[in-house]
Amino acid sequence: MIKASDAPLLEVRDLKVHFPFRRGSLFRPEHGFIRAVDGVSFSLREGETLGLVGESGCGKSTTARAVLNLIPPTFGEVCLEGEPIAGLSDTAMLPHRQTMQMIFQDPFASLNPRMTVGRIVGEPLKIFRPGMDREGRAVEVMRLLDMVGLNPRFLNRYPHEFSGGQRQRIGIARALAVGPKLIFCDEPVSALDVSIQAQIVNLLEDLQTQLKLAYVFIAHDLSLVRHISDMVGVMYLGRIVEIAPADELYRNPRHPYTKALLSAVPVADPQIERTRQRIVLTGDVPSPDRVYPGCPFADRCPQVRDECRKSPPKLEGIAGTADVHQAACFFARD
Amino acid sequence: MTDAPVTAAEKYARLLAEAQQVRGTSLGRDAWRRLKRNRAAMIALGYLFLIGIGALFTPLWPLQAPRMVRSDRAFAAPQFQPAFTQTTTWIDDSGAIDDDAVSAAFGIRAADDPKSGWFDAFNRQLLRLRGAIFGRWEAASWCGCDMLGRDLLARLFWGARISLVVGLVAGLVSLVIGVSYGATSGYLGGTVDSLMMRFVDVLYSIPFIFVVILLITVLDDPEVKAGLSSWGIENRITIFFFVVGAIYWLTMARVVRGQVLSLKQEQFVEAARTIGCNRRRIIFLHLVPNLLSIIIVYLTLTIPRVMLFEAFLSFLGLGVEAPDVSWGVLANEGTQSITAVHIDWWLVVYPGLALGSTLFALNFLGDGLRDALDPRLKNR
Ligand SMILES: Nc1ncnc2c1ncn2[C@@H]1O[C@H](COP(=O)(O)OP(=O)(O)OP(=O)(O)O)[C@@H](O)[C@H]1O
Ligand code: SF4
Ligand SMILES: [Mg+2]
Repeated sequence: MIKASDAPLLEVRDLKVHFPFRRGSLFRPEHGFIRAVDGVSFSLREGETLGLVGESGCGKSTTARAVLNLIPPTFGEVCLEGEPIAGLSDTAMLPHRQTMQMIFQDPFASLNPRMTVGRIVGEPLKIFRPGMDREGRAVEVMRLLDMVGLNPRFLNRYPHEFSGGQRQRIGIARALAVGPKLIFCDEPVSALDVSIQAQIVNLLEDLQTQLKLAYVFIAHDLSLVRHISDMVGVMYLGRIVEIAPADELYRNPRHPYTKALLSAVPVADPQIERTRQRIVLTGDVPSPDRVYPGCPFADRCPQVRDECRKSPPKLEGIAGTADVHQAACFFARD
Repeated sequence: MTDAPVTAAEKYARLLAEAQQVRGTSLGRDAWRRLKRNRAAMIALGYLFLIGIGALFTPLWPLQAPRMVRSDRAFAAPQFQPAFTQTTTWIDDSGAIDDDAVSAAFGIRAADDPKSGWFDAFNRQLLRLRGAIFGRWEAASWCGCDMLGRDLLARLFWGARISLVVGLVAGLVSLVIGVSYGATSGYLGGTVDSLMMRFVDVLYSIPFIFVVILLITVLDDPEVKAGLSSWGIENRITIFFFVVGAIYWLTMARVVRGQVLSLKQEQFVEAARTIGCNRRRIIFLHLVPNLLSIIIVYLTLTIPRVMLFEAFLSFLGLGVEAPDVSWGVLANEGTQSITAVHIDWWLVVYPGLALGSTLFALNFLGDGLRDALDPRLKNR
């Protein structure tokens, strides 16, 4: 018998999301695609956390939205608990929404300003547990609010009466209401004050141990995902350029982009901090609407060589790591 | 220490009672607070409220009967001496009400009339109450009389009922159609949206006044009338509501659709989809409540337009049918009575004032609401 945890909870293979666009004059229109996500693969087991890091606009949110079928993926496969879900209609997707939830980037925009907290958190209950009566729902909402560290008495308050951190907790309670196994956390703390960020991250960690949740934790900051993640994937221009177990990635980064990102992370030890070498990336910030024949990072890569511009490097296992550490660079072994 | 151990369920049940005490300030309540600071809007609101109450309880006031023809008082000027007279004819000194007289003078059907409905019963009750309070007293012709000697003041009150109901009902009809249509079109987007909005464009390009005139002429045909009356539709005004409502929804649909297009990009809509809300839920429970401010403001602008349109049709003789009255009908009669020989100013001025002041008040209220509900003034 296979143990449930052996099969991945979520498996994403070669996911692509291309947004068509039209620009130029009316008479000489230029058609093209924004390759927001361009071949992302990863898998995740129950209770695990995958960190996804990358600079703004590299397609992290789009990846999450495509996996959750909030936007139709252009290409690729997504399997949740072994069932293919890519491109399902809203109706067909409904049962899977109980397994997979999302916490949003902006705690101010992700709560309906006209609904009370009780209605916001109670809405998923209304949809997934139609048999529940009003009172039962209210009690359940209060339990959830308690769980995320909010005063359950504030059931009838409106989102604008809460601070950013509290609102993010409301968003977490809403995601938990359906009893999911997997939650996409899309930069859940980047809009918050630094002091509050730690509280929310701690809450997410507590909930993970308590409820055996799996997370896909999205951030643009490597230091944040380090201690919460089992695996970390680094995204660049719609692709994962390096993926490895968290410690391994920090100890032994192989992709030049990862190295550059890591060099920007401040170190606690002042001695090392002073001597720390920063790799400053030069060159144009690439745009996802261009097609790069070679390595998309070539224009900014400090180690670029001629062959880099000819064909794109594939995400390949680093020798001696049993393929758990993968990087998309011709010279990752060096 | 604590009393008996409480289960989680008991604990929350207890907290629930406390939670009912904590009421959040909804955005609506917030807006109301801001509106209260706007003097002009509050005066307008109070005025509209008074007019509404006045119109709703018209039979209660000691006014003359609106359909009482008295040839001796044709074109009688406003008169205040004496202010009240004890001259009602439909009630005798003992307080008994003559149903037939009431039916003729007020147009309120008697209880034994098979067509008598709940509204007639309501009016009869009010009249009875009036009889009990005021006896045979009634106001003199403070606003003068028309060419048939009917009291203008009474007719203004009875006309208010129709004018206001026309505005309100037609406004609401346009609101329901426009909001549903616009929000659906905007939320679905893409080809469906294009098709739905092209349809609106087509309707826009039809000159509606002709359609209305045609429709009303057709509906005036005795055969059609007989057919309609078998459906329980008695007068032209009912049809008018729907016709006008069906015209004025176009702009509402456009306005709402434009707002939905931008609103649906908001993250909370995506969040709603994530927790499994279907389209209908998102449109009517997430999007429309956030458009309430625009909808309300737009409604306060649609109502005056509908009332004016009714007045305009009455000018053409296509509006309310005699012996019913509306402000538009009264204004029309007033202007027609102006001749080179005598100018009965009261027949023009008072209906005009009633109509104008109501339209003004609605506009002031609309302006005030827009300021009070403007979400940009406050972070959401
Ligand atoms: N609906 C859309 N239509 C067209 N382009 C889009 C759309 N959504 C996203 N994009 C583009 O896709 C790219 C990736 O966007 P995405 O929101 O996934 O970035 P991100 O990694 O989440 O960035 P951030 O850290 O700022 O949230 C961006 O260039 C963005 O402009
Ligand atoms: S393949 Fe070449 S350009 Fe791309 S990251 Fe590696 S060294 Fe840099
Ligand atoms: Mg994002």
